Amino acid sequence: AGMFLRLLSDVRWRAAKPKWRRMTSSRRSASSTAEPHLVSLPAQAQVVICGGGIMGTSVAYHLSKMGWKDIVLLEQGRLAAGTTRFCAGIVSTARHVSLELKMADYSNKLYQQLEQETGVKTGYTKTGSISLAQTQDRLISLKRIASSLSVMGIPCEIITPKQVAQLHPLINIHDLVGAMYVPEDALVTSANVSLALATAASRNGVQIHERTSVSHVLVQKGHVTGVETDRGQIQCQYFVNCAGQWAYELGHSGEEPVNIPLHACEHFYLLTHPLKEPLASNLPTIVDPDGRIYIRNWQGGILSGGFEKNPKPLFTEGRNQLEIQNLQEDWDHFEPLLSALLRRMPDLEALQIMQLVNCPESFTPDMRCIMGESPTLRGYFVLAGMNSAGISYGGGAGKYLAEWMVNGYPSENVWPLDLKRFGTLQSSRTFLRHRVMEVMPLMCDLKVPRWDFQTGRQLRTSPLYDRLDAQGARWMEKHGFERVKYFVPPGKDLLDLDQSKTFYKPDWFDIVGSEVKCCKEAVCVIDMSSFTKFEISSTGDQALESLQYLFSNDLDVPVGHVVHTGMLNEKGGYENDCSIARLSKRSFFMISPTDQQVHCWAWLKNRLPNDSNLTMEDVTWKYTALNLIGPRAVDVLSELSYAPITPEHFPSLFCKEMSVGYANGIRVMSITHTGEPGFMLYIPIEYALHVYNEVMNMGQKYGIRNAGYYALRSLRIEKFFAFWGQDLDAFTTPMECGREFQVKLEKGMQFVGQEALLEQKQNGVYKRFTMFILEDHDTDTDLWPWWGEPIFRNGRYVGKTTSSAYSYTLERHVCLGFVQHFDEKTGEEQVVTTDFINQGEYEIDIAGQRFQAKAKLYPFSSLFTHRRRKDEVELSGYQRE
Amino acid sequence: AIPVRSSRLPLLADAMPAPAHLFPLIRNCEISRICSTVCYCHHKHLCCLSSHFAHGHFRYAPQKKFAALYRPKENFNHFIHTRDYASTPQRFYLTPPQVNSILKANEYSFKVPEFDGKNVSSVLGFDSNQLPANAPIEDRRSAATCLQTRGMLLGVFDGHAGCACAQAVSERLFYYIAVSLLPHETLLEIENAVESGRALLPILQWHKHPNDYFSKEASKLYFNSLRTYWQELIDLNSGETTDVKEALINAFKRLDNDISLEAQVGDPNSFLNYLVLRVAFSGATACVAHVDGVDLHVANTGDSRAMLGVQEEDGSWSAVNLSYDHNAQNEREVERVKTEHPKSEEKSLVKQDRLLGLLMPFRAFGDVKFKWSIELQKRVVESGPDQLNDNEYTKFIPPNYHTPPYLTAEPEVIHHRLRPQDKFLVLATDGLWETMHRQDVARIVGEYLTGVHHQQPIAVGGYKVTLGQMHGLLTERRARISSVFEDQNAATHLIRHAVGNNEFGTVDHERLSKMLSLPEELARMYRDDITIIVVQFNSHVIGACQNEEL
Repeated sequence: AGMFLRLLSDVRWRAAKPKWRRMTSSRRSASSTAEPHLVSLPAQAQVVICGGGIMGTSVAYHLSKMGWKDIVLLEQGRLAAGTTRFCAGIVSTARHVSLELKMADYSNKLYQQLEQETGVKTGYTKTGSISLAQTQDRLISLKRIASSLSVMGIPCEIITPKQVAQLHPLINIHDLVGAMYVPEDALVTSANVSLALATAASRNGVQIHERTSVSHVLVQKGHVTGVETDRGQIQCQYFVNCAGQWAYELGHSGEEPVNIPLHACEHFYLLTHPLKEPLASNLPTIVDPDGRIYIRNWQGGILSGGFEKNPKPLFTEGRNQLEIQNLQEDWDHFEPLLSALLRRMPDLEALQIMQLVNCPESFTPDMRCIMGESPTLRGYFVLAGMNSAGISYGGGAGKYLAEWMVNGYPSENVWPLDLKRFGTLQSSRTFLRHRVMEVMPLMCDLKVPRWDFQTGRQLRTSPLYDRLDAQGARWMEKHGFERVKYFVPPGKDLLDLDQSKTFYKPDWFDIVGSEVKCCKEAVCVIDMSSFTKFEISSTGDQALESLQYLFSNDLDVPVGHVVHTGMLNEKGGYENDCSIARLSKRSFFMISPTDQQVHCWAWLKNRLPNDSNLTMEDVTWKYTALNLIGPRAVDVLSELSYAPITPEHFPSLFCKEMSVGYANGIRVMSITHTGEPGFMLYIPIEYALHVYNEVMNMGQKYGIRNAGYYALRSLRIEKFFAFWGQDLDAFTTPMECGREFQVKLEKGMQFVGQEALLEQKQNGVYKRFTMFILEDHDTDTDLWPWWGEPIFRNGRYVGKTTSSAYSYTLERHVCLGFVQHFDEKTGEEQVVTTDFINQGEYEIDIAGQRFQAKAKLYPFSSLFTHRRRKDEVELSGYQRE
Repeated sequence: AIPVRSSRLPLLADAMPAPAHLFPLIRNCEISRICSTVCYCHHKHLCCLSSHFAHGHFRYAPQKKFAALYRPKENFNHFIHTRDYASTPQRFYLTPPQVNSILKANEYSFKVPEFDGKNVSSVLGFDSNQLPANAPIEDRRSAATCLQTRGMLLGVFDGHAGCACAQAVSERLFYYIAVSLLPHETLLEIENAVESGRALLPILQWHKHPNDYFSKEASKLYFNSLRTYWQELIDLNSGETTDVKEALINAFKRLDNDISLEAQVGDPNSFLNYLVLRVAFSGATACVAHVDGVDLHVANTGDSRAMLGVQEEDGSWSAVNLSYDHNAQNEREVERVKTEHPKSEEKSLVKQDRLLGLLMPFRAFGDVKFKWSIELQKRVVESGPDQLNDNEYTKFIPPNYHTPPYLTAEPEVIHHRLRPQDKFLVLATDGLWETMHRQDVARIVGEYLTGVHHQQPIAVGGYKVTLGQMHGLLTERRARISSVFEDQNAATHLIRHAVGNNEFGTVDHERLSKMLSLPEELARMYRDDITIIVVQFNSHVIGACQNEEL
């Protein structure tokens, strides 16, 4: 055992000898220099976890707690030796995404009792943390987090610079405007936390093998069957890739690659000798995002690192270039962070340096971690890419993944972290290298609404990209696809990127306003090619039968009809929200949100019968989608085609293949996704330019213009249209968002989620999708809502917003969100009734400031007074209950 | 006013009394006009034109009259300006952005396209730049990728007695090299395409700065000469694979030969006729690199230089010469010239470190005055256009001119197999090398390319260092490398050092500003045209190539 202790020098090992430790220690004492004698691997196990860092041990811990015992954890080196070993050990709940916040909160609570549970000293100290703001914008950002924290019951406080000085003796407060104090945040010795989790897991029966590396995963028929290691094979049903920064490589090592988009960057922090008067061990951790640094006390001295503007990615070409322990200190690179440190704590000048630690961290393309099951390989799970917050997330992330494996789905909506949000398009090393160089500095950058990544762009584009760009299009990216935000009119200049970062009214306000006006009064074209499009067809009735089972609405409609329907899970929650057109008796055309490309494909693949007569094809790339939106859309289209498209001949929710201009075979659908009148044109890509040109030429006399997604967003939100991925998720049912009309409970056959929905219909729902109109909010001077703002009913917290937009028609901000009903005494969830919604006084909390809001369960109908047409069936559907 | 660095500066003092002698010599204003178009040359490669009158001409060169005809007006201005400048040193002060706009006016960068993190070329890309001292500049540069064979060509060309020859060589030489490298079948294919009027296979992909022009008028003429060359290659088909070294030598010699022939034959079009004569009567040195995988060939004619930047294991930088200067400082070269001519000429061959007392480079393109027989020169000049005939320079025969040719364009070729520690190649005209030692060049470029900290990493180790001390040290280092961040181009960075370095080896903005604001006529006294190409190698690819071969 002595050997092991020496290897992890700062580990104080007091635990009773766990099984796995006996094995490792005995073999080391037996032969210290020669090849150690290793305990042989089991031939099979239910689960093999690769990686003995905080993630692997946390997954093992939680799986074993949930009753799974037949688990093998393999570590190529020693337990807790990678990034976990080196990381700064700060447990901080101050997170922007509420899911991450929940994970961090859980981790904090888990670590707190871990020492008691396992007997392993984890070094857990509740120090609290102070996030400093040097600018007003930063303070707003902190206030937003504070709002989220308080409604979750995590104590936190916005404090003045003077209060900061009282909490920490060394801080220079002259350039501060405020700060956020989270007293429950903690410090741990991260390696020991990991060892404690391993100890507990080992007691629960998990077998741990060090110095065993996984070379690849064995696969049969799209299912994990085992792993190949340098010490032989293990048969298994589940494989968990917790290989940290090696996860990408490991994912690509097998025959069937699993794409785990992450990339490592060097990360530096400084350790000092103790101060003359050693720092108290309960002194709060300081985070100074404007200085890009964090500072914690460490053995009487300090530990300080940060996220520089010019990160150094490494291991781009694989792990063989360098070993972690050989990474160099780079003082010149650290200089800006050191300057920031000395500016924040000038008295540290005389403090003596102990070491500059270079500890690589892995980052993901969107700054959120990666978890979940591979879309292509069943039984292959991943938990990696922690973006330098591994210790904060470790407990919660491990718990969610264990739940996912054991129960089929975690207890929270983890879509924001789901591996399936990425496709193969994010697997290019060049892309990852460039993107993480943008992501790492972003750790400290201000998180403002509507921020777009600048690297790895122009990857997927519509054939009209250049045409639209030349007309002033400004772009954002979704799933690698470039989409227009809005069009800057000629001669008008917008602020450059950095200056346009704001929590207030953005500079494009009037531009989008005029696009919206044109959609309302005339006609606009929006390129919506990024939508995911599948074609499902069969030789017989297989397609219809399968889809009837997988979708909640009735798809047995006459040919040429379009059906809005949810793709629900067993709990009745939305896995996807799509529109399906019946092209013929036996074939269907399915349109889903852009980021559904991987998830929806995997979901259907796994559930469609394995029948060679039933085919599903991803035709996303084959069609350009133009949305012709506005009251004059029908006139424009009439001029371009001889087919009659008056409402009598072409009612709402219809789909027809017709010619537009010279081009034939255009799929025209009378839907717009916003509730406005108009059409979607699905155009084979080679005709895209022609059709676009024809539409623009012909539309001139009707005042046609280009519009972008910001206009679309404003339109759909003021009409109370929910979007999957923003408002809807796997934990939302149609009943909860007023979409019962899209469910045919009596369609004559069973479908997924039916039982859950029937039960809800009987017993009522526990949350309700509601629309809020801000009453006393000044668009010009007040902070704008974004999403994630807490909703208060009669002064009590009842839920959060999911999306918001300025409605140019109402001239008010509209927020959409879910209202829950917590019992005033017990806090238990109650059924939410219409009366409950209608009889409350509501407020929305934007960065600590509350605004009165009017709640509505149905969209305004009187506002939209233009000539009623049949296609408002699409809209009126939402008004029935 | 200006810190004395170059040995040229004291010349001013010598020159001071000169105007009195000069003025009577200016008899014909026309001549000075012609001179500036025909051979706008006050380049030091020709002794009488370099270093200007006092030094080059009055003291050493015997052809007083001839030399005095060159740019007398400018010389007058020199002295005027010098006086002004000396008394009001702040007059030409430039702001840093102004300095940058001058330095960056000609910069060019090319990156070999990179796909999915894998870069198959051993060249990552190159940076190039030029800083004129002459007006117009007489240096030229070229870079191109061979499309029908593998490899990349890069070259710098230093013209003298005008820029015509350097321009022609920069346009034409790479085609000659590429054609020399082509396999027989490809040559046949190209010839057949020309014969039947079909589209021609592209041979070179040029990487040009917008200022790097090609002469449209002469393209037909140049093409015909090139075609004759490949037709001969087809006829000569030896069946052997082309050796790069041989191809380079053949291409250099052939082009020089064509330049000479075109001038002798002339052209019915009077503009072209005048052009080919200007090309032949002016001269140019050439230093060309061919990179193909790990094989690097450098062909050099004249006194431009190629240098390899090598990173030692300890991170420090060293320089490896990949060319020999062809000038009087190269003993082997002096020896060669002497063996090629009778013993009787031994004393007159090299005088004042110049060939026949006139020319600094011992090898060059063009310069038919050092290659043709006296009869041929006279005949061509007499039958040539009036501009040429009226020009004193072209009529002038070098002294002791007994056994031409005295000059050759044949290059010396050095082959080097690239190793992972070979990080970059610098090709530069002598304008750079006379102000900077190659060791400094290696260090400055190396540190620029990797960031200075890679060279001398700071390690705390067991020493007692406080945060404040470390901060001070880092701030100082940062200030030192801040000039690195100003430049996005290694060649620009090198020029900044070459022109602006003070005695401590760091860029001094005041000095830089003064050097760059020198009036046109004066600039040439303090510095020469500088042309630099910095080629960066991909060590990963080179390492992989090596491993494959092992």
